[in-house]
Amino acid sequence: MPLPQRRVKRTRRGGFELNLPPEEREVLRSLPAQLREILPSEDPAVGRLFPPAYPHDPDNSAEFLRLVRDDLLAGHVEALQVMESTLDARRLTEDQLVSWLGALNDIRLVLGTKLDVSEETYDREVPDDHPEAAGLALYFYLGWLEEQVVEALAQGLDPAGTEAGG
Amino acid sequence: MRGSTAPAQVDRPAGEDHVIPDRPWLVICWNDPINLMSYVTYVFQKLFGYSFDKATQLMLDVHHKGKAVVSSGAREKAEFDTYRLHAHGLWATMEHQY
Repeated sequence: MPLPQRRVKRTRRGGFELNLPPEEREVLRSLPAQLREILPSEDPAVGRLFPPAYPHDPDNSAEFLRLVRDDLLAGHVEALQVMESTLDARRLTEDQLVSWLGALNDIRLVLGTKLDVSEETYDREVPDDHPEAAGLALYFYLGWLEEQVVEALAQGLDPAGTEAGG
Repeated sequence: MRGSTAPAQVDRPAGEDHVIPDRPWLVICWNDPINLMSYVTYVFQKLFGYSFDKATQLMLDVHHKGKAVVSSGAREKAEFDTYRLHAHGLWATMEHQY
């Protein structure tokens, strides 16, 4: 049996090939706009992207969020826009793939929160008539794709690290 | 309103409010069931310049023990690191080390 084609591959020139079949691009196409629309809302699942910095101190957490919320939001929106505008691309620059990673991760976080994903979710078979079967299938596909994006980007990191003094 | 018998101003004894400069703030990353293990390792490498081995160990601590201290320092640094982890979708909090 042939191995499934790798979706993301680092090229010798430092860019990346994005080998996504058309049907997968169609699955992905509407996702960035869907998340972008609910990002500024009070949707509880979106709260996953803005965790409290001080778990025992609501006042300091609120103040921290007040200071960073706009920047966090702008970062998420920018990544989603890059993914959206390069959805049909066959090649991506490293910066664009980094944006894809951020967008895919944000989409997975919000989708997974909506689906109430837990550690057990990964061990259970999902029957076809499960009310969330389609959502879970999308969630697992996004994880499979993101895994390949991480792998391709991580190849560019020095395994020894760059931390001063090791 | 205070009673008029209260002293207008006293010198506070050094003590409770005294800031101990070498008591760092800790940035803690918490386990969550959604973020990929490979992604968490990658973020630790990228943000903090950790080696693959160190980043992997921290990721495994988060995964198996539920949390790990991933960075520490002055409050401003801890807030910056917490912000960067949030920007990458990780569940990070900070606290003052006792």
